[in-house]
Amino acid sequence: MNQPYLSATGMRGGYGKADILNDCTITVEKGQIAVIVGPNGAGKSTAMKAVFGMLPLREGRVTLAGEDITALSPQDRVGKGMGFVPQTNNIFPSMTVQENLEMGAFTRQDDFRETLQQVYDLFPAVAMKRRQRAGELSGGQRQQVAVGRALMTRPSLLMLDEPTAGVSPIVMDELFDRIIEIARTGISILMVEQNARQALEIADIGYVLVQGANRFTDSGAALLADPEVRRTFLGG
Amino acid sequence: MSGNRQQDASSIWRAPLLFAVLAALFVLEGTVRNSMFSGSWNSSLAILNMGLISAVMALGVNMQWGYGGLFNAGVVGFIAIGGLAPVLISTQPVPGAWEAGTPRLILALLAAAGTLALASIAWKRLTRPWNALALVAVLILGFVLYRNIFDPAVAAIEANNSAAAGNIGGLGLPVLLSWPVGAIFAAAAAWCVGKVALGLRSDYLAIATLGIGEIIVAVARNEEWLARGVKNVTGIPRPVPYEINLQQDPDFVARAAEWGLSAANASGIWVKLCYAGLFALVLLALIGLSQLALKSPWGRMMRAIRDNETAAAAMGKDVTRRHLQIFIIGSAVIGLAGAMMITLDGLMAPAGYAPLRYTFLIWVMVIVGGSGNNWGAVLGAILIWFLWIKAEAWGPALMGLVTAFLPAGGLRSHLIESAPHMRFLAMGVVLLLVLRFAPRGLVPER
Amino acid sequence: MDILNALVTLLNFVVIPAAAYGAQLALGALGVTLIYGILRFSNFAHGDTMAFGTAICILLVWALQAAGIGIAPLPTALLALPAAIALTALLMVATDRAVYRFYRRQRSAPIIMVMASVGVMFMMNGLTRLLIGVNEIRFDDGARFVVSVAEFRAWTGLSEGLALRQSQVITLVVTALACWALFWFLNRTRSGKAMRAYSDNEDLALLSGIDPDRVVRITWIIAAALVTTAGVLYGLDKSFRAFNYFQILLPIFAAAIVGGLGNPLGAVAGGFIVAFSEVAVTYPWRKIAGYLLPDWQPAGLLQLLSTEYKFAVSFVILIVVLLFRPTGLFRGKSF
Repeated sequence: MNQPYLSATGMRGGYGKADILNDCTITVEKGQIAVIVGPNGAGKSTAMKAVFGMLPLREGRVTLAGEDITALSPQDRVGKGMGFVPQTNNIFPSMTVQENLEMGAFTRQDDFRETLQQVYDLFPAVAMKRRQRAGELSGGQRQQVAVGRALMTRPSLLMLDEPTAGVSPIVMDELFDRIIEIARTGISILMVEQNARQALEIADIGYVLVQGANRFTDSGAALLADPEVRRTFLGG
Repeated sequence: MSGNRQQDASSIWRAPLLFAVLAALFVLEGTVRNSMFSGSWNSSLAILNMGLISAVMALGVNMQWGYGGLFNAGVVGFIAIGGLAPVLISTQPVPGAWEAGTPRLILALLAAAGTLALASIAWKRLTRPWNALALVAVLILGFVLYRNIFDPAVAAIEANNSAAAGNIGGLGLPVLLSWPVGAIFAAAAAWCVGKVALGLRSDYLAIATLGIGEIIVAVARNEEWLARGVKNVTGIPRPVPYEINLQQDPDFVARAAEWGLSAANASGIWVKLCYAGLFALVLLALIGLSQLALKSPWGRMMRAIRDNETAAAAMGKDVTRRHLQIFIIGSAVIGLAGAMMITLDGLMAPAGYAPLRYTFLIWVMVIVGGSGNNWGAVLGAILIWFLWIKAEAWGPALMGLVTAFLPAGGLRSHLIESAPHMRFLAMGVVLLLVLRFAPRGLVPER
Repeated sequence: MDILNALVTLLNFVVIPAAAYGAQLALGALGVTLIYGILRFSNFAHGDTMAFGTAICILLVWALQAAGIGIAPLPTALLALPAAIALTALLMVATDRAVYRFYRRQRSAPIIMVMASVGVMFMMNGLTRLLIGVNEIRFDDGARFVVSVAEFRAWTGLSEGLALRQSQVITLVVTALACWALFWFLNRTRSGKAMRAYSDNEDLALLSGIDPDRVVRITWIIAAALVTTAGVLYGLDKSFRAFNYFQILLPIFAAAIVGGLGNPLGAVAGGFIVAFSEVAVTYPWRKIAGYLLPDWQPAGLLQLLSTEYKFAVSFVILIVVLLFRPTGLFRGKSF
């Protein structure tokens, strides 16, 4: 098997009659950080949703660890090892931090206390507030809870839809550090980001999407060095 | 699939055909005497008259729901408050009531209104925390003042000839004048509720109207000074001739004989026909006006708001304000129908205002007929009213047939006895079926 | 002594009746608020479902009485309650399958669901009428008083008496147990937490693998338990008349909104707020004032509003909350 860990190839589809994705391909290797960037309306989030099964595909194939999951529902994909952190409404605001994480492990029948401890070790700031309602936390801490919730199923691929939207630069750096840490444990990361420059800095592979199609695909560092990418998408 | 069915349904022949079927039902009720129909034109026309009034009520509800998307769960209250108008406008003045305390009563009500207005001003104009204090102080003082004027006035009025009157009486004006006044009463009540509950979640209006409905009915039942409460007001004047006068009119008796009818029978039919003509006139005028309004820019805007509130709001339309307008207009129409109903009955009997009958049955009429379509609402109203009345008779007959195999015993007789209640169950089923399988009703909106 | 007399009068005519009534409203409002939190609509059929559950319970009571089974001095209704709850739950789950599930899957507007609940209300009303008719029925066959006026006077030597009816004690005890069980379920069990999660954020709950049909089913079963218990307690305390259960809908809605729709703790608080306001506003305070201020001889009864208007109190509370704090005192999910 020479296939990448996650392979979503030739994706075509959209919400109505018009396609948003036009032959879009995203692949991620085991333990890699993959970042999707691109201008507004390029279909970045849509591409991720398609990978997660939230968008009906007219063409294309999605495989995870060699298994074809194109026909599975998002819930079933979670069972196959995908974790998804939506951009907004990604926590249960009236429940405590601990309960949020427990809900992440809802489908697990085994003892998840070890995973819970790992998440708390990863995010010590929210560990201190485990009895507090998640809705009362700061924006950055909420994102940590949201990521932690997705980690509770012990996914092999974690997908983050603009995790740094609306948080301060300091919080963003901290969050990126955590994401690198997560990737080091062997979890693949697929991330959509507005803050393209910072995201590409930590990316093993970057996808620049334009109008639902791949425009540039290269390592993060190579994309940052590419003068055309810099000029058109990173603002010089 | 169901979309196609609904499109076929909106073919131009559908509405006339349904109205023809409806007319046939009334003709059968008037001419055929068997286990299903009474064969009496008096009965048929009586059902028709109340059906026409129900149609006006349904028009009002249809304006609110079909054109505004507003759920009014207090229709009964607006019907009741409209029904007060004939009592207050067209009954004869009660001798002694004015001297006993009517001016004081009016003063008390003005004091109450003034208190609320002052409280509102105090709340808006003053700064925190003084506004809350002022609000509470004004309300308490106003309430004490109001009760001090109101209580003795009411006691005096109710003591005045309490066996026959005990209320403030009416103005003795023509009863037709009371119909628009009923509409105004209802509109005023609607303004109060709408001001508070519109612009919030859609169910809040439903709950608030449920409340105002119950309160208005409670006022009608308990405030004896107003319309004698459950002691009822009888002898409300009519806009049409009295049967007894017709029967004593030799010309009328002669003409009845030409048709082969007894004078008693003919007089009943003639009076009911007069009412039917009057009600039909009002109904047609209302439909005409609302069709005109719907085709105007205002109507287009209303529909735009209903179809997509967010988009309309984004385009700078004041959605809450439009909703308030349509809510008031719809309530006014319901109030008008309430006044018409009291005129038809010649009697104000507040004990009869049951929410199931006067709120939710009207809703069934609108949904079944086709929300958003005036003709649909009219069709639904008359049809459902016909079925509602006849079901009371059909229920036991049907139950007798269904239970024929059971041994004559406690269960069978219990089932037959409670069969008239079956119509509540039946209406629920009809509403749910229409809502699910033909949500646009019998005559869908074009 | 006068102060004690005033206190006893207050307890007897205001505090105890309002507490029992508040408990009944709280149970009703809990049902409304749970359905709102999970299914996102105001259930107009709630009052008539309450009447239906109570009617079932009364039929069972009659059957038990005919068989000579009872738990004297407690009312037989308590024995029949679990079976009545089970039957009501069965009906509510079936109603959901037949009616509401369709609109839920369509993601219809809440007001359409409200409309459907009106249809269900008609059906429940008709069923109740078929089952038991419209007449007033008393089915409290337990002992009447825990403390009677005469006994209390003999014990204390006060001129005022205090009556504690058994139905009131049962109401408070059963409500306390029901609330404890509900909050334990919501906060401590996996299914309860799943319900809260679903209420908080439906999409994320689905993503987390929570089965929506199961959550909805559990919600209806719990609502059936709450609504039947509330109805039976109300019927034991007052008497059973189908129409009264429609009228109690308004105070129940008011209680749920005051507490913040979707917030269970708020619903309980709201129930007591509405009940105490209603009783306090419609109680003639003259007697108590007479004890406290012997020199003052007021002309009237010192009654703010006659009892016929007791639901006007719910309405005013409702309006005040909608005007000043639409999300309710305990911040529910209003928008």
